[in-house]
Amino acid sequence: MKPQELSRRQSKYTARTAPEGERVATSAMIASLDAEGRDTIAAPFGHALVDLAKTREDIVGLTADLSKYTDLHIFAKAYPDRFYQMGMAEAVMISAAAGLAREGFTPFATTYAVFASRRAYDFIIMAIAEENLPVKIVCALPGLTTGYGPSHQATEDLAIMRGMPNLTIIDPCDAVEIDQATRVIADTPGPVYMRLLRGQVPDVLGEYGYQFKLGRAQMIRDGRDVLFVSSGLMTMRTLDAAKALQKDGVDCAVLHVPTIKPLDVQTIIAEASKGGRLVVTAENHSVTGGLGEAVAATLMRAGVHVPFRQIGLPDAFLDAGALPTLHDQYGISVSAVTAAVKSWL
Amino acid sequence: MNTGTAKHGSNVSLARRAWAIRRNALRMGEVQGQGYIGQALGVADVLAVSYFHALSYRPDDPEWEGRDRFLLSIGHYAIALYSAMIEAGILPENELETYGMDDSRMPMSGMAAYTPGMEITGGSLGHGLGIAVGMALGLKRKKNPAFVYNMLSDGELGEGSTWEAVMSAVQWKLDNLIAIVDFNNQQADGPTRSALAQVPEAAKWQAFGWYAQEVDGNDLDAVVAAFDAARGHDGAQPRVIICNTTMCKGIPFLESREITHFVRVEPEEWAKALEILDGEKPQ
Repeated sequence: MKPQELSRRQSKYTARTAPEGERVATSAMIASLDAEGRDTIAAPFGHALVDLAKTREDIVGLTADLSKYTDLHIFAKAYPDRFYQMGMAEAVMISAAAGLAREGFTPFATTYAVFASRRAYDFIIMAIAEENLPVKIVCALPGLTTGYGPSHQATEDLAIMRGMPNLTIIDPCDAVEIDQATRVIADTPGPVYMRLLRGQVPDVLGEYGYQFKLGRAQMIRDGRDVLFVSSGLMTMRTLDAAKALQKDGVDCAVLHVPTIKPLDVQTIIAEASKGGRLVVTAENHSVTGGLGEAVAATLMRAGVHVPFRQIGLPDAFLDAGALPTLHDQYGISVSAVTAAVKSWL
Repeated sequence: MNTGTAKHGSNVSLARRAWAIRRNALRMGEVQGQGYIGQALGVADVLAVSYFHALSYRPDDPEWEGRDRFLLSIGHYAIALYSAMIEAGILPENELETYGMDDSRMPMSGMAAYTPGMEITGGSLGHGLGIAVGMALGLKRKKNPAFVYNMLSDGELGEGSTWEAVMSAVQWKLDNLIAIVDFNNQQADGPTRSALAQVPEAAKWQAFGWYAQEVDGNDLDAVVAAFDAARGHDGAQPRVIICNTTMCKGIPFLESREITHFVRVEPEEWAKALEILDGEKPQ
């Protein structure tokens, strides 16, 4: 019997030469998030952890060969004897973090979001979440923050992790929030999965006098016509889109939802129930199984019927390339968000 | 070594302890009509040496900070560990008949939240040794001289995560970590050796940098010597004891069955097995 023909993903690319003129260099490919004219803060997670460790002897750091790429190297340099390089071995990093937690320590374990969510899932759920251990899993390259293609793009990590009981899931917006959230989760019992922007991270929420509160959605700016419900870096995009739309007379509210689980259903229901607004979720994640669907389910369960749209990455394996190009292509750049909202009004 | 309990200090022989562990397991199996009896009977001698020769613990204080940690990554062996912990006085004998029942502290697969003395939730295989690495690191951070034991199975050596932990333990020079491999050459679909290349067992661990011993896991004297050598070894390296055991050891009509990973025992056979065991009661 003949084997069946495979229906593989076909390449759409043909041979080409490099374009003339300005190029988007590949140096923009990995995690250097476009700061969009904003100030940036270096390695907010690493510095917050060092600051915490001054008074918290229980804090230890582990990584699976990615300390420099998760900003944990700042901690490793400050506290070399409290840093565990576990090698390119996510299963034992997570299991060892569980063991350290059992012995009374508060481990921060870092890797890329793809490796934690895809490769180490069984170890997180059984060794950590089922036991409700205080391990903080902090993961760089969430969603579309690298042009390396599906091997490094964690476009479905929230969908994967949301199914895990006991797990708190945080998708912070910027450097200010990463600094604040790191301190809060260190004090929070139980396991946490936090998405991380690393390196030079934009300062967005500083001008709003924002203070992260675990499990709380917060209105960053109010508005009449559109209610953005956004998380992670998409909150900086929706804030910018709101400014752009304001010029066209469209008044947008931005409800920032950094805690994906447990979701602040009260605030989301209350804001969506005000009526007269188009509700638009925006996330740096697949439209399948992330914030958008969580909000939709929340509203349906509560009987809140409102016009609703989702901004997010498609349920597809994304292309490789330069980030600014990809963000435009997949609809999560400021201009793409602005255009989408205009088309819906 | 046998500190912390009067029972430890008694003159009850290890053979008698192993016999009692087997008996407890058979009684629990009879109550539930099923259970991983083959593994429990096979590993009873190793557990007897663990709980009545090697480990430091306090039966009335299972979370005593000074205890040696005993991790059962093979959650389905829970019936064996419950049997040992009942004999050790960590679990009361009058709970034995609740095994596997609703609201019991002794579920079919070992879970830490349910059972005093159960250090981890096992069952998803390939987890225990990694957690043991973290606990061994934690004990060293606290300058706590306790040992971490992790009992794993030959089948678990097929899980890649086990080998991540094997390498990590060497990297961190975890001389406070002792792995115990129950090598009974049986997994769910048949002989372990037929499933994934596993030989030579001890040489592989040695090549990774462990202090490795391979013993007949049903020879009490050999197991005692191996545990003593593992604890007393002066190299800055983790230790492993590969225990070759016989499934259903001690009950010949079960030992001879072809499929022993999960033994089918007819209702009348429980009494027959207990009768055989009682006839072999050591002093």
